[in-house]
Order: sequence, then structure tokens, then C-alpha cells
Amino acid sequence: MIQMLKEIFEYRDLLWMLTFRDIRIRYKQAAMGFLWAIFMPLVAVLAGILIKKVMAVMIQEAIDYKGIISISVKVLPWTFFISAIRFSVQSLVGNRDLVTKIYFPRAVLPLSAVLACLFDMGISIIVLTILLMVFKIGFSFYLLLLPVFIFLLILFTAGLGLLLSSANLFYRDIKYVVEIILMFGIFFTPVFYSASSFGRWDVIMLFNPIGSLLEAIDQIVVFGKMPDPFWFGYAALTSLAMFYIGMVIFHKIEPLFAENI
Amino acid sequence: MSYAIEFDNVWKKFQKGEKFNSLRDAIPAFFQKIAAKRAAEPLEEKEFWALKNVSFQVKKGEVIGIMGPNGAGKSTILKLLSKIMYPTRGEMKINGRLSALIEVTAGFHPELTGRENVYLNGTILGMRKKEVDRKFDEIVEFSGVGEFIDTPVKRYSSGMYSRLGFSVAANMDPEILLVDEVLSVGDMAFQTQCAEKMRELLKSGATVILVSHYLALIQNLCKRIILLNQGEVLKDGTVEEVIPHYQSIVSKKIEKEFRSRIPDLIGKVELNTQTVVTIPDVRVSNEDSRYGEEFSVGEKLKVEIDYRTRAKIESPIIQLEIFRSDSVLCCSLLSGDYGFILEEMNNHGIIEIDLGKINLFSGIYLLKVSIWDRDMIHPYCVHSDEVIRILDKGEVNISQAVFSPVAQWRVLEKAYRK
Repeated sequence: MIQMLKEIFEYRDLLWMLTFRDIRIRYKQAAMGFLWAIFMPLVAVLAGILIKKVMAVMIQEAIDYKGIISISVKVLPWTFFISAIRFSVQSLVGNRDLVTKIYFPRAVLPLSAVLACLFDMGISIIVLTILLMVFKIGFSFYLLLLPVFIFLLILFTAGLGLLLSSANLFYRDIKYVVEIILMFGIFFTPVFYSASSFGRWDVIMLFNPIGSLLEAIDQIVVFGKMPDPFWFGYAALTSLAMFYIGMVIFHKIEPLFAENI
Repeated sequence: MSYAIEFDNVWKKFQKGEKFNSLRDAIPAFFQKIAAKRAAEPLEEKEFWALKNVSFQVKKGEVIGIMGPNGAGKSTILKLLSKIMYPTRGEMKINGRLSALIEVTAGFHPELTGRENVYLNGTILGMRKKEVDRKFDEIVEFSGVGEFIDTPVKRYSSGMYSRLGFSVAANMDPEILLVDEVLSVGDMAFQTQCAEKMRELLKSGATVILVSHYLALIQNLCKRIILLNQGEVLKDGTVEEVIPHYQSIVSKKIEKEFRSRIPDLIGKVELNTQTVVTIPDVRVSNEDSRYGEEFSVGEKLKVEIDYRTRAKIESPIIQLEIFRSDSVLCCSLLSGDYGFILEEMNNHGIIEIDLGKINLFSGIYLLKVSIWDRDMIHPYCVHSDEVIRILDKGEVNISQAVFSPVAQWRVLEKAYRK
């Protein structure tokens, strides 16, 4: 594990170059340019507002604006997660030429896919921050915890990305399975609603590590509160474990890539 | 130790045929396997060894060539050396920074500009960004891409594309360099440049592994050659020791392939329906009346043709054609042209053709003998089983040339400049 991280560190320039390549290609070809980064979150937020409105009509209450802001805040990490997984699943198979012809630590490929999506999230975070300032969402000291949660989210995503990209190399239909799970995953994750609306069943929502991360981010950004320490710990543990497992398994089967791709 | 590369009893196994690469196939197969537990055995047949117990060491600064016919395991060794694949058994050690001049454009992305691709490819090959910065001008100058460096490489010509790739790989100051047959990139000017670069690298004390079929290149650059055949090291030694072995493997392969091609070479001749005459045997001998299949360049050769008839044939014409292994018709002799007229063929007999000093170049040749009717409308029979090898210093040296005349050289005029 440490040796693997060391090697990736040695090839860090390659990691940046590949990330840069992915970003360049995505923005070069898309006419919308940087709008691309906020397009998907925007659509997701609109969908969330629609659902919120439907629920408000059903229980005959006015739509609450804090809820809408919560959706906007939670949609960003969620879209980062699904696009990062989507790109990293394809990263090894899509770079077949590199995998079969040149040596370098292969983990760089899925990791750069995750980093390129992180760049997208960075752009939409900037846009959202401006919006939140316009809507005067207060600042709290708990905001300082935000980087910790984003870091945990990156670790979890990277670990899962490593795992799925290598699995997809051996079984090409993994990407379809992943695609389906990602498509409906939003219903199993507290993005459009909060876990607390499930009452004592909130455990089901929070058991999903992404769910507990999203809830914690919601707590510190929108409500300015300390997140629940138990679920904080749970999210941290699962993210670290995921990253560790992803790295170790990836490293173990890396020698088989060139022959099986 | 000052070994740059060590191979220690390396084995490499590959699988033949298709494998399951989707869950849709793999999951049912898994359950089938559980259901029929003994069904796993025929899998063994799908494996084959690309390398069998290969051991060798390369000292630092040594320049060695790896040769062998197709399928000998050369590419597998290169893949192992460049760490793309790993040995199934055995160990290998590499000491030093390794760079491969193989597939030099694999890291390119068509949408990116030349400049971006130089950085991308440089880092893929293991350089730091700073190093690429330092060598950037050198790389661009070497490639001759010049003003197009900020154009996406998808607009490059294929020559520019591979030149840029080569330049990146060649300029990374490796300690160990793997070279496949990439030196055939670009035009003559660029090839000269490449050769120059190669010599520069050789002088700098880099260890070089050269894989090529191009004998002259290997002979010029390498002192030592490792000859592989079917995954095994057949010979490891100096150029003088190994090249004859290589030649003989190659010529055996060529002969085998040549023999299988004979029916195509002869074509479909419509034989006279009643084969009234057959040629049971054709023999070749030299001036010492030694019969055989192997002769030296410049030997006097005689061909003996047995014939056997069922009925009388009047004034037949006998034809001898000699084909080289690459289907070149080297000569064709008709008995009539030599004023040799047989009144008739009846029962059996032997005809001799004295070819004298035929002076064919070293190589593999097929003798085709046919007997025609007097107007050369129908051949009565064709005999094409006789393959001979002409050796040069005891070896078959496949060459492009057809014949080697007995030539005398002398100086007629010679002026001195003071």
C-alpha cells in the first residue's frame, strides 16, 4: 500500500497530465465550455425542487426554502460521485493502448478520472458559493470541517473507482450494472430529502456511506451545526476502508491487466 | 553486480482462445463448473508457454540483439522487460531507468496539440514535468514538427506523428533502451538522424536491447546476440557464433513454407488424360557423383531424370525449370532448344542434364521437370518434388540475388592525387 502510494507519487506529474488531458478534452469538444460543469448539477437541482414541490402539495404545506438550498448543496457532491465513478469505470478499458504498451502505475488512470471530476465540482462549488452569499446563508465555524468531508468523499470515490475499473476490465458488463445502480442510486441516497424525514428509519439512509457524508455536509453548510459524531466516524471509517481495499485489490491484480484487457 | 538486466529461469504462460469477459458468460460458467466438478481439466489445452526457462544476463553498457523467427518470444521478452506483463515463473531484475522505443505513439491523444502530447507522453514514459521542460526544445527540434507544435496531432501526417513520438522516447536519457523495429520511421533524413541518436546513446554507455529481423543492423550494432526459438534460448553468443544458427532456422522455415506452396507454384496443368509416361524419380548430383539435396555455390550439377512409359511416345520434349523459394523462376530449359531430340520414349530410361557450373546464389530451389508432346500442347507428366539447397560456406544464406557469376576483378586504371 505504502509502496504503491510512493510509486503514484513518483508519477504525480503523469497524474496531473492525465487529469489535465481529461479536462481539456471534455471542455474542448463541448460547445458549452465551462457551463458543462454546472449543467448536470443544475438539472438535478431542478428535479429535486420538483419533487420537493410535489411533496409539499401532498402534505399541504408551503415549500421550505432551506430544503431547496439543502438540495443544491447536496447535489454537488452527489454529481461528483456519480460522474467520477462513471468515468473511472471506463478509464482502464478506454486507455487500452496505454495499458498494453507502456509501463506506469495503472492506478493513475482511474485516479485521474476522479480528479478531473473533482475539477468540475470545484467550478460548481464556486458558482454555488456565490449563490449562497447572495441568499445570505450564514457562515459558521463548522464550515472548516467541509474540506475533511470532501476529502473523505474523494477517498471513498477513488477506492470504489479503482475497484470498479479493474472489475470492468475483466468483465465488460460491469459498467452496465454500475450505470443502472448510479441511475437509481439517487432514490436510495438522501439527496432530494433529508435522512431525518425517515424518522427512526434514518439508519437505512445513513448506512450508505455517501448518504452519511451528504447529510454531514448539509449539516455544516446549511444548518451551521456540528454533524452527528457517530455517523461522522462511520463515514470516515468506511471511506478509509474503501480506499484501502480499492488500492490493495487493484495493486494485486494489476499484473494481469495487460493480458486480459 | 553490474548487471543491467537479469533473467532467471523465466517462464511465461499465455492462454489461447477466447475467455469469458462478461459476467453474463462467467456466472453461468461458474455454476456449470460447480455442477460438473470434473469438467475443469480440458482447460489445460488452452494454455501455451511463450517463454520456457529463459535465463540470461546483460551487463551494463552492453549492446545485445534478440533474434528469432516469428513466435519465438521476442515480443514477450520486451513486454516483460518493459514491465507491462509479469513472468509466470522465475525472476527478472532490471537495474536502471528503462525506456522502450516501442509503440512510441501509444500515449498520444489525437485531440491534444503536439506540445500537450509531448508533455503527456514524456510523463507517461516516466519523466518529471521539469525534465520535459528542459528537453522540450530539443525534442521539437529533433522531430522536425516545428511550427505545427501547437496544432492538434489529429491533423498531423502519419510521419509527423511517429517522428514526434520517437523524439520524445529517444530524448529521455535512458540507462536501458529497448529498441524494436521502429528505426524505420520517417524519410531518409530522419532515419539518418535516428541512427545518429542511436550511436550517441550507445556512446553514452546505455545498455541497449535491440530486437530486429534486419541482420545488417544487428551485425553493425551488437556484439552479442541471443537467439530464441519457440520460447527457448537456442544460442547466446557473439554475432559470428549465432548468425549461422539464425540463418539455418530461418532457411528451414522458408523451406517448409516453400514446400507447402509448391502446388500453387506449379499451377493447375491439364495433364494428358492417359498418363502414358511417369517420372518416378529425379536426382541431382555434383561433379564427384555425390547425390543429395545440399550443394555448394559454384559446384557443377547434373540432373538425372528417370522415366517410365506405358505406350510409345514420339519425339517428346523435356523441360527443366528451377524456381527459387520466393517463386522466382531462375531458369527454364527445353530439350529442343539444345538440339536434343529423342526419337521416341518406350519402356523406361534415364536422361541426364549436365548443368555445368550453374552459379546459383545460396538459397533453396525447386526443380520442376515436365515431359511434353512434340508440339508442347499438353504435358504428359510433371515432377516437382525435388528441392535442393545451395549452401554458401556450409549455410543457406537467403539473398535477393539470383546468380553469382564467376567474376574476375582487376584494376585497369588508377590515378594518384598528391
